[in-house]
Amino acid sequence: MESVNSVTPFLYMLSAAGYFTYLFLQKSYLQRIGYVLFFAGFVCHTAIIVFGFVESGHVPAGNLRETLCMAAWAMAGVFLMIQYRFNIKILGIYAAPFIALMMLIVVQLPDAPAQTKTIFKSFWLVSHVVIIFIGEAAFALACGIGILYLLQENAIKTKRHRFFFRRLPSLDLLDSAGYVCIIIGFTMLTLGLITGFVYAKSIWGRFWSWDPKEVWSGITWLFYAALLHERLAVGWRGRRSAIMAIIGFGVLIFTFLGVNLLLEGHHKDFTKL
Amino acid sequence: MSEIVLLGINHNTAPVEIRECIAFSPEESTLAMQALHRKAAIDEIILFSTCNRVEVLLVTKNKPHAISETKQFIAEFNKIPIEQFEDALYIHVNEEAVRHIFRVASSLDSMVIGEPQILGQVKEAYRTATMLKTSGLILNRLLHRTFFVAKRIRSETGIGDRAVSISYAAVELAKKIFGILEDKKVLLIGAGEMAELAVEHLIRNKVGDILVANRTFENGIELAKQFSGKAIRFEEIGDCLDSVDIIISSTGATDFIITRNDVKKVIRSRRNRPIFFIDIAVPRDIDPEVNWLTNSYVYDIDDLKGVIDENIEDRQREARKGERIVDEAVIHFRDWYDGLDVVPTIIALREKLEDIATAEINRSFPSDKLSGQQADAIQKMTQSIINKILHDPTVFLKKNGIHDDKSLCIDIVRKLFKLDK
Repeated sequence: MESVNSVTPFLYMLSAAGYFTYLFLQKSYLQRIGYVLFFAGFVCHTAIIVFGFVESGHVPAGNLRETLCMAAWAMAGVFLMIQYRFNIKILGIYAAPFIALMMLIVVQLPDAPAQTKTIFKSFWLVSHVVIIFIGEAAFALACGIGILYLLQENAIKTKRHRFFFRRLPSLDLLDSAGYVCIIIGFTMLTLGLITGFVYAKSIWGRFWSWDPKEVWSGITWLFYAALLHERLAVGWRGRRSAIMAIIGFGVLIFTFLGVNLLLEGHHKDFTKL
Repeated sequence: MSEIVLLGINHNTAPVEIRECIAFSPEESTLAMQALHRKAAIDEIILFSTCNRVEVLLVTKNKPHAISETKQFIAEFNKIPIEQFEDALYIHVNEEAVRHIFRVASSLDSMVIGEPQILGQVKEAYRTATMLKTSGLILNRLLHRTFFVAKRIRSETGIGDRAVSISYAAVELAKKIFGILEDKKVLLIGAGEMAELAVEHLIRNKVGDILVANRTFENGIELAKQFSGKAIRFEEIGDCLDSVDIIISSTGATDFIITRNDVKKVIRSRRNRPIFFIDIAVPRDIDPEVNWLTNSYVYDIDDLKGVIDENIEDRQREARKGERIVDEAVIHFRDWYDGLDVVPTIIALREKLEDIATAEINRSFPSDKLSGQQADAIQKMTQSIINKILHDPTVFLKKNGIHDDKSLCIDIVRKLFKLDK
């Protein structure tokens, strides 16, 4: 397992390198190489997660190392799905280095054996963790697509057609892909919160306990709800939607890591070193 | 020894007045190829003619003769004195002729670098030539190489990638904004060649409804019919802004026809859908401030020209890569072409030595003075002497790595042994 652990970030890094050379040289085989390497990385990554699950019998999210690993895995999966659906070739330039970096941090972190707590075995908790991570991965990609959108829009508006204009897909494609990511993310976040509530009720006897993580999750949820509402009601799209997706992801990162590291609460264990 | 000769005129060497005099229609090309092929000096011939060039590619053993006969023919066929076009005519021989045909077919020599039509025109001419059987071993090989080179340049360089006309550039931009243009609604304001061309390109990309607004409603109806669209009154432009996606404007108006406020008003009712203005008019029809509203984009004629200039620069950069591919292909072809002469030279050399040996044996030993056994022995001996003598020259000639000019070596060998009588 040790070798798989070190091979995974390595594959992601190679994939990122492939995507970078693709960005500059524009040879489609480079993108394919990047994609294949990424896929190989994802397979190894899945093996790590499955192995962790089988070995300990609970979701591997018991410390910061496992949690980050899980988050990166979810993001890789969602990336592969979005890539398959929209074929935004250049998106790898965001996803591959991002995930490679996460995995690099993961292998640096100590692998303290998590104390097996009974609470990790609950069905509601497993669903809560997995669903939330998928949602967060989708939001991360929405942020990346939003960045690409802003770059492309800037190229078109300022009429500078040199670098990004040629390499990025159309505004419409970026906008709809970003929208799909937000919808997936929002749906998952909602489901994740519900399973979390149910689980909280079953273990602490109440749905909501004003835990900082809960509060910030609520804020994140409201933020994305507002974004979606505006889109559906008055057709917010393009630039504003992209900026919101980027800000939203900032809020999300704070909820995911900032709250655990800076504030106290009952989610602390997940990011324990 | 056969030589490849190319005679031609193109847009760089001859003004259009001369080019149009010399141009051959497809039927005329056929006749010309047949007529030229009948000339004694010309072994193989292909002729092709476009609005920018006329090229005659031929294989001959008698170069001066073939050239003067071809010039003569062009003059007679088009009824134009030789002096009138002689200065504009370029003549390339062998390697240079090969390079020229490679460059022409790959569109490196075109007025608009990278335009794709020329390859088709060369192919068509070649098809005619093969049907008429005016091309032979050398030109067949040469043309196949030409198509290969042209294809390779097109796929390995970006020579034909970016739009180099205003209307194409506008469509390319629209694609970067809308992705697919299917079902996008187009509004044409005014009229004009460039604007209409842009609409035609959009139609080819399967856009949806087309509206035409003209100051004179009747003209609008006329134009709308041409695009099977719908004419609207000039005053209605403001009203349809909330439904159209692409606006092409080309009027003689001195003031802005669409102002920032006009567009701002409809953003909400458009539900923020993107809107793209292509302003081809001078003075401009669309307020440039519109470009800074959300999801609206304005390109005026200078912006589009800027895009094209960049694209042309790009094509030129890509063309340099193309030239490298051509250089490589010319060397390959030269190797093959030179190889053609090696084998006949070796055979001629052997024949010459065998002739000498036979003559000398007959002179020294009249046939009745030798027994059969002796005759056999002498025969064997002379044969092996010939083989030994020929071994090194053969290896030398066949060796691919002759650094100097291969045809020069062959030439020297042929002269040294006086192989060409």
